[in-house]
This record gives sequence, structure tokens and C-alpha cells, in this order.
Amino acid sequence: MPEETTRVVVAKVGLDGHDRGAKIIARALRDAGMEVIYTGLHQTPDQIVETTIQEDANAIGVSILSGAHMTLVPRIIELLEENDAGDVVVFVGGTIPKDDIDKLKEAGVGEVFTPGTPTKKAVEYVQEAVSAS
Amino acid sequence: MNGNELTERLLSGDRRALARVISKIEDEDPQTPDIISELYQHTGAALSVGFTGPPGAGKSSIIAKLIELFREEDKKVGVVSVDPSSPFTKGAILGDRIRLVDHFLDKNVFIRSMGNRGHLGGLAGGSRLAGLAMEAYGTDVVIYETMGVGQGEVEVASAADTVVLCLQPGAGDAVQALKAGVMEIADIFCINKSDHPQANEAKAEVRSTLEIGHELDPDAPMPSIIMTRGDTGEGIEELKEKIEEHRASLEKSGELEKRQRASQREFVVSWAANKMQNKVQERLQRGDTKIMERVYKRELDPISASEKIFEEI
Ligand SMILES: Nc1nc2c(ncn2[C@@H]2O[C@H](COP(=O)(O)OP(=O)(O)O)[C@@H](O)[C@H]2O)c(=O)[nH]1
Ligand SMILES: [Mg+2]
Repeated sequence: MPEETTRVVVAKVGLDGHDRGAKIIARALRDAGMEVIYTGLHQTPDQIVETTIQEDANAIGVSILSGAHMTLVPRIIELLEENDAGDVVVFVGGTIPKDDIDKLKEAGVGEVFTPGTPTKKAVEYVQEAVSAS
Repeated sequence: MNGNELTERLLSGDRRALARVISKIEDEDPQTPDIISELYQHTGAALSVGFTGPPGAGKSSIIAKLIELFREEDKKVGVVSVDPSSPFTKGAILGDRIRLVDHFLDKNVFIRSMGNRGHLGGLAGGSRLAGLAMEAYGTDVVIYETMGVGQGEVEVASAADTVVLCLQPGAGDAVQALKAGVMEIADIFCINKSDHPQANEAKAEVRSTLEIGHELDPDAPMPSIIMTRGDTGEGIEELKEKIEEHRASLEKSGELEKRQRASQREFVVSWAANKMQNKVQERLQRGDTKIMERVYKRELDPISASEKIFEEI
């Protein structure tokens, strides 16, 4: 019997039109053998969580640049919990100030990757976090 | 959660249960056969449509517009979208949702993306069972989108009652489709991107190819050719009408039952064949490789060896 395949939703929130970061992480996760559900730009927390449920994903990677992370990301976690999906691993990539990183982690984010982090680290994180959850 | 509870929740319309069941199907979880045996009696009534055609032709965009029309009639819709998995890493980027974003928050639309995970035929190994699970969950319409790469993407014809082949102008698509053998399975031809300057040419090209086929086999119905725009929705109403007409004519002529029987039969054969193949692999992996040694040394020919193994299992 084939083992469970890890499925990750990669979503870009916020108003800016750059999804290079999201595309890079999507590729890296795919190359590590995962199935990446890529949903494109300007996603809202509701859209991300509903996608995660229907796709039965194990993790969500949120790419964010625009500074609204302190409202958008905790909202994703809240919605996951409301939908009985609190076990989904959430990680964030983007320009996030140091103070906010701690706050996001307190809110339930597994890890935050700031620009310059090697993608390999993010991939390893997802592998470990998913197998632990 | 055990299989029973899952199926009960799925049948009551719980989308999380449906999502879990589809994962079990995809992962070939040992609970799958029991789950399917519970769900099967609740299937068979939905309208099923398959979209095939090369990547970029506009399949996902058209599906998005078509869903809109079905939703106006308050029909519940399920979508199974397949993209290719990497043969090297087994990973995949599943991007069909990008075009379906307008339907993400509609509780009456359920979308599932799948990697083909090495399965041949244009769909994923679990696509048809996923479609069944969606039906049991309560969708009135099930839409399949194939990977759209390479040859022999014909499995969709047995998964769906109506197959739409989507082509785009200027790409020589018709000729390619003909070569790949997908033209024969199409019930409706859709020339998408009708805003393209070569759209009429493409239509003429498809028509003449179909006319040749019609001359060779005059009894077979001539498929409709429809011009559409996936981005604006132009022509999609006509497409929907043709899909429904096709389904109605299949029903009337008794062809629908014939097709469904053939498809169920094919499914049973391929499931059994797959199981058999796994058994043979297992048999060869299990310690005793003497028989293969004899083949390697040319003491025994490969056909006799497989006959022997086949008899054993
Ligand atoms: N100009 C034009 N572009 C279209 C039309 N339909 C779809 N597209 C675009 O074609 C590209 C591929 O569409 P998509 O639906 O993803 O194709 P698929 O790979 O067959 O599913 C997207 O950028 C669409 O916006 C159309 O009718 N006209
Ligand atoms: Mg597509």
C-alpha cells in the first residue's frame, strides 16, 4: 500500500501582485515529493481554509508581503480551529518583523521564514511538522 | 474515525468526511473497499462531464463558467481536477484551482485536485472513485478535468457520460488530438479562445477532420463544434445545452446504459488486473527468486515463467 502523500496548500494573501516567493516554495515542496495545491494571488483566510478542507491538506504555506500578517494569519488559524482542522500545520513566508514572528508563533503558526532563508529549511520543516502532527 | 462513521457523515453531506474519503481512496487505504461498498448504492444519477484537451486550452476556465450556470439552477457540483505528478519525485503542483477561485466559498461546489501519481490514461487512479464519492455526498453534477498531456488520455470517456474536447486556435491542436486518439472519444468539440484571430480556421480544421470520420462511419452521430471564451463565458451556455442534449439523447437511445455498463465492466477488469499485478510483484519480491534466476540464465523463457506464477497465485 502506498503511504500517505503530504499535501500542502500554498497561498498568497495580501494585495501585492508578486507570487515569486510562493512559486519557489511550491516548486521546492513538489521536488521533495509533496502535492502542492496552488491557488494563486489575493487569497482571503476563508478561501484558504475552505480549500484546505476540501483538498484535505496537511499543511498551509502562506506567503505574505503586504504587512497585514497580524490580522490575516491568526484569522486562518482561528478558522481552521472552527472547522475542526486545528491539526493542519501553518507556516508563513515573508518580510515579518522579529516581534511579530513571536506573536504569530504564539497564535499557532508553526514557523516563519523570512527572505533569505534557504528553501531547503522550509521543506525540512514541513516534512517534520507534518509527520509529527 | 472509522470507515462507518466516515461514510455516514459523507452521506449526510459533510464535506470534511468527503475530503477524508477521497484521501483514503487516493492513498489506497485498506478501508477504501468497505467505504465504496457503502457508497455505491447512492450513486448513478448525476450528470457527469469530462473535459480533456491540451494544457492551456482553457479547460479550467470553461469549467468555472459552466459551474456558474449549474449553480444558477441550484445544482450541487463536484469537480475532480487532475494534473501530472513528477515521475521522479511523485510530487506535483496542482494549479487548476487558480481558475475556480470564484467558487471557493460556495458550499455547494466541492473541488478536489489530484496528481495522477503515475496512473496512465489522463486521470488519477482514484479519480473515478472520487467522482462516485462526490455523487454519494450529493452532487448533481460531477466534472472531470484530465491532465491534458500526452497520448491515450481516453479513460475520461469511461468515467464521464459526455466528453468535451477543448482545443485552442493556432496550436495545430486538432491534428495533435487526432494523432493522440482523443478525437474519437469526444462527444462535443469546444474551440476555446474564440477571440483568437485563427479561431474560425481552427473550427474549419476540426470540422473537416470530423467530416472525414463521418464519411468512414456514417452511423456515428456528428459531434457538435462550439466556439467559446473561457475568460468571459461567451458560448458556455450553448456548451451546457449541448452537454444536456447529448446526455438526453444517450438516455433516449439506450446508449447511456450501454456506455455505463461498458464502463463498469472496464472498471472491474482494471481493478482486478491491478490487484493481480500487485500480487505478482509481491510473489517475485518474496525471497524465492529462483524462477527469475532461471529466466536470467535463459533456462526458462519469460512467458512460461509468468504462466507458472499466474497459476500459483
Ligand atoms: N484570450 C483568451 N484567453 C483564455 C480564454 N479562456 C481561457 N483563457 C486563458 O488561457 C489560459 C489557460 O487557461 P486554463 O483554463 O488554465 O487552461 P487549462 O490548462 O486547459 O485548464 C489562462 O490564462 C486563461 O485566462 C479565452 O477564451 N480567450
Ligand atoms: Mg486546468
